[in-house]
Amino acid sequence: MNAKKKVIAMLLAGGQGSRLYALTQNVAKPAVPYGGKYRIIDFALSNCTNSGIDTVGVLTQYQPLVLNEYIGNGQPWDLDRMYGGVHVLSPFETKEGADWFQGTANAIYQNMRFIERYDPEYVIVLGGDHIYKMDYSKLVEFHEKNQADGTIAVINVPMEEASRFGIKTVDDENRVVRFTEKPKEPESTLASMGIYCFTWQKLKKYLIENENANTGSKDFGKDIIPAMLANKERLFAYTFDGYWKDVGTLDSLWEANMDLLSPSVPLDLYDRKWKIYARHNNMPPQYIGDSAKIENSMITEGSNINGEVDFSIIFSGVTIEEGAVVNYSILMPGTVVKSGAVVEYAIVGENCVVESGARIGTSPESIANRDDWGIAVVGHNVTISANKVVAPKDIISENV
Amino acid sequence: MGVNNNVLGLIFASLHDSTVVELTKQRTMGSIMFGGRYRLIDFPLSNMVNSGITEVGVITKSNYGSLLDHLGTGREWDLARKKGGLNLLPPFSQSNGDGVYRGRLEALNNVWSYVQNSKCEYVVLSDCDYVANVNFAKVIDKHIETGADITVVYGKYKYSEDSGLCVDVLEMDDEGRIQSVLIDPQISGEVKICLDMYVMRKDFLSKLVKDAASRNQYSLIRDCLQARVKENVFMGYEFDGYFSRIDSVRSYYNANMALLNSDNRNALFKPNAPIYTKIGDNGPVKYGLESKAANSLIADGCIIEGTVENSILFRGVKVGKGSVVRGCVLMQGTTIGDNCSLTSVITDKNVEMENGRVLTGSESYPLYIGKNAKI
Repeated sequence: MNAKKKVIAMLLAGGQGSRLYALTQNVAKPAVPYGGKYRIIDFALSNCTNSGIDTVGVLTQYQPLVLNEYIGNGQPWDLDRMYGGVHVLSPFETKEGADWFQGTANAIYQNMRFIERYDPEYVIVLGGDHIYKMDYSKLVEFHEKNQADGTIAVINVPMEEASRFGIKTVDDENRVVRFTEKPKEPESTLASMGIYCFTWQKLKKYLIENENANTGSKDFGKDIIPAMLANKERLFAYTFDGYWKDVGTLDSLWEANMDLLSPSVPLDLYDRKWKIYARHNNMPPQYIGDSAKIENSMITEGSNINGEVDFSIIFSGVTIEEGAVVNYSILMPGTVVKSGAVVEYAIVGENCVVESGARIGTSPESIANRDDWGIAVVGHNVTISANKVVAPKDIISENV
Repeated sequence: MGVNNNVLGLIFASLHDSTVVELTKQRTMGSIMFGGRYRLIDFPLSNMVNSGITEVGVITKSNYGSLLDHLGTGREWDLARKKGGLNLLPPFSQSNGDGVYRGRLEALNNVWSYVQNSKCEYVVLSDCDYVANVNFAKVIDKHIETGADITVVYGKYKYSEDSGLCVDVLEMDDEGRIQSVLIDPQISGEVKICLDMYVMRKDFLSKLVKDAASRNQYSLIRDCLQARVKENVFMGYEFDGYFSRIDSVRSYYNANMALLNSDNRNALFKPNAPIYTKIGDNGPVKYGLESKAANSLIADGCIIEGTVENSILFRGVKVGKGSVVRGCVLMQGTTIGDNCSLTSVITDKNVEMENGRVLTGSESYPLYIGKNAKI
């Protein structure tokens, strides 16, 4: 059955997520919880399986334990295949020596033997830190139709934000003519999503050349794409028009969760034709008590809610006692908010305890100087003692 | 949790189907939906798995499509195994009998070659009509310790007018040896009722099954427990945890509603002995603007825009704006439009209700709406 695979995906999940620090001390960024019952990586993995891609290499190096355990044999995403399936690829030692992955291109280079085993025509390169639903088979179709060497998925961003992204300039046929990383004066609003489709033999050549050139960065955006452009390879931009959100910062993680509560945001977690799969933890349905008041929120199995919840995302196994108030916040699995505690505009990590009378975060309206306001963040396994105040913008990673 | 390699679990998924005709019209007793995200078979099956049993046979009779779909390879119960694991035993799956059976012993005779091939020394039998979190490992230990021929799990039960259960009552001496078995007697006060769970040696069961077949007998309770109570040693094992029994639409309703009590819920859903079930991959529950929920058990995938009180909502139920749901059990995929009112109603799977409809049952006589009905 060792037939050639037409497409395989390589998922870059090595990100340390240093800007999510309080939440990524012991887990890689793709394993950070999102949306009530998911982890960030569930979106890329579910997209793969929903797009008919059954072979995925997940490249990890930072704090891989939780991610390895979470992915396991890939069964929750239907990626436990006889031939193919999901494989977690960590840096390894060869007779030339051992190396950490030095950049996105180097990470793929070091795992060329994994790719070659499947002799694919195309390789899709994905990041593990975005929330989006995308049919990669359409990207591959577009790539084939254009007889492209590389196709970069792009999304239209507002002009004022364009200078934060890698911006592509394209001709009438969507062929990429220029690429500028974080331009001061952007000449287009097509931002790279960090999602690529390559014809494998072509990519392989550039990976080897880049490795030998030793540019120092060994990165797709900085090295591979510019080199392909310089050699006039056929590079195309595939425009994606759905919801796509980077969750690289604490603010954007909070916003991406709040987006789920907005009727105008087109990210539907209830679409039976494009389910987002996750590893499951066997908890009973949530119990909503007599004194609960819940509006505009998402709440997951195993939770026990007796307090007030508004505009919040509550993960599995969370307890909110009577008299506790949770507004505009994200409570990750297993957290307990005791009676009289108030959590507003905050992210609280897994298995935290917010004791009675404690107060975490506050609304932007209640602060005189808006510059002093920001999301309050509590890391995993932290206890906030009774009547303690965690100010807006504070990031707490130890018991207080 | 150790592994009980020498124990085979046998679950009767189709016994008692006739007690809840409405709910078993298109499914077996074992595949009746319960408690928001479970089916009745999840309880005995999880109990066996949590007791370290790694080999389970499920005996069915008819309407077992939904049961097959639910159990699959047994992966969700960790029973997708090379050695042992889950085996579905529909009628006609073996050549021993004619497929149709009237009771446990006859059913076992039909599938005896499966039981025979198992390397087990002991068997645990369970039906699907009692909902409980029972540790069978303790029952097995007790069985071995007392050297009984059969150990019967019983619970203490106080008869009351509105419970309306048909039960089998055990009478025991001080040592716990069963002296007599009464089938559906007139009762009052507190009695010890059989929870339809049994432990015995395989070779003893083999003898029972062969004896029954040769005498045209089929009932474990009548032809064995009741008839041989003097010549054999049948011991009772008291299960003192929470249990409920489903033998009518009314008791089904009551057993679901009992889960709104946190003591009952905590006794049934223990973190160290979880109840496993098929995964649905639903999103979290979404509560809309002006939604209200109180004293309810709500499974993932529900979208609530109206008011839900004192109710059990299964996966993927939708309650529209302005609708009020009180004292209801709404099974998987029920869709309630806007401005509806439902009181004491049980909806089966995928019932659809258009805007503005009103349905009212009563707590003592809940209104049952069949599968796929459109109102």
